[in-house]
Amino acid sequence: MTEKRNAKYIAKSRAIASRMLGGEMMIMSAVDSTFFTLNPVASVIWQAADGRTQLSEIVEQQVCSEFEIDMETAQRDVERFVEELSAHGILLVSDCPFPESSISPTEAA
Amino acid sequence: MSLMQEMGQRALDLGVPMSVHFDVTYRCNERCVHCYLDHDDHGEMTTAEIKRVLEELADAGTFFLTFSGGEVLMRRDFFELLEYARRLMFNVRIKTNAVMIGAAEARRMMELGVDQLQVSIYSHRPEVHDAITKLPGSLRRSVEAIRFLTGQGLRVVIANVLMKANVGDSAGVQALARDLGVAYTLDPTITPKMDGDRSILNLRIPGAELSEVFHNESLVGNVEEFCAPPPVPAEDAMEEYPCSAGHTLAYISPYGDVFPCVQFPLPSGNVRRQKFIDIWRHSSELNEVRSIQARDLPVCSGCSHVGTCTRCPGLAYMEGNMRGPSTADCEKSFHRTGIPSANMLRQGLSSPSAPAGPLIQIQSAVAWI
Repeated sequence: MTEKRNAKYIAKSRAIASRMLGGEMMIMSAVDSTFFTLNPVASVIWQAADGRTQLSEIVEQQVCSEFEIDMETAQRDVERFVEELSAHGILLVSDCPFPESSISPTEAA
Repeated sequence: MSLMQEMGQRALDLGVPMSVHFDVTYRCNERCVHCYLDHDDHGEMTTAEIKRVLEELADAGTFFLTFSGGEVLMRRDFFELLEYARRLMFNVRIKTNAVMIGAAEARRMMELGVDQLQVSIYSHRPEVHDAITKLPGSLRRSVEAIRFLTGQGLRVVIANVLMKANVGDSAGVQALARDLGVAYTLDPTITPKMDGDRSILNLRIPGAELSEVFHNESLVGNVEEFCAPPPVPAEDAMEEYPCSAGHTLAYISPYGDVFPCVQFPLPSGNVRRQKFIDIWRHSSELNEVRSIQARDLPVCSGCSHVGTCTRCPGLAYMEGNMRGPSTADCEKSFHRTGIPSANMLRQGLSSPSAPAGPLIQIQSAVAWI
């Protein structure tokens, strides 16, 4: 696959625990025990954060199609979501695909 | 309501076993005088069996997984199990005496993203600690291990089980915890042995000293608030459930037996014969535990402490009736507030009888599930 300009990839940190509960994702950071919950839209993005799929593809294929949100709005909201989670260190962001060793054990499996 | 409490409520509403306490072995390198376990191996689950159970727990929605024992590191496959559990994205906490944790083990635990470790320390004095564990040098080794763990940035909680032999050492252990930069929790829970032998209950601290503990600001925080008389129970107090045992919490033994809680030995199924989720959903024992509300407790429902008591249904069960009072908790309420429980009044007691001793669980700094 040819990488697009300004491509962005997201991957879950290895230092987290997560589980779906009633349609929302619970996440706890192993670094500082901060606890997060994600709404159903954010949960879909989280589950798709495999370190190999471009963020724009996730937005287009997982968010816009499943939740009937226009691309521009979705892209803006997702960027904000990614920024927030990466600031807490539970989501990793890169402009190229992640090597297997740096992403969460589940994704590497 | 905090975010965590909200999710706990949601797990309760959905019937999800959010927390599981998993004893992977009863074998231990220490022989603590107060331990309730039989340390022989009567057929522990294999590595493959435990991995399968972990998968079933993940599928059932379990998020908080506590590995305990016995001493978890007595299993040669412990790190394989830990790695597998983290691969399944559990929040993993470990209860250990830490004696077998060196620099390499601490580093591996950090790499695997262990959330917390709870280490048992009985005294800051080796002669007291080692006499309780019956393992010479154990205090030195446990403290060294805590330094390895904190050096890796891991969170450690010292659990200070309190009994007659070390009742005067809680301040010393607290100071040790401060020196090590770790949290401290006081836990004088002494339970009967698994074979029913109640002799170790004589190790429990006597009530007068418990009262001192409850009035010690460094242990309980605001004494006035902590020891306040119980308020008039809220309107919905009779609809409350006693605790999370069997509601959002389960316990699994090294032999695959499932119980509502580690302190509630009501056999509810075995994961070697049934899937965990089938036991969780359909066990008549767990369903009975879940059905009990405060209104169903013949003595406790009429007690002034009903809204604030820490009544443990498991301890009540061990006394013969899961709907009955837990004498140890009656005593806690009495020594905390000076007001006798309905159970004590019923028996014509204005103060609790020895030797049935008190049980308290006071925690500072870090929550442990």
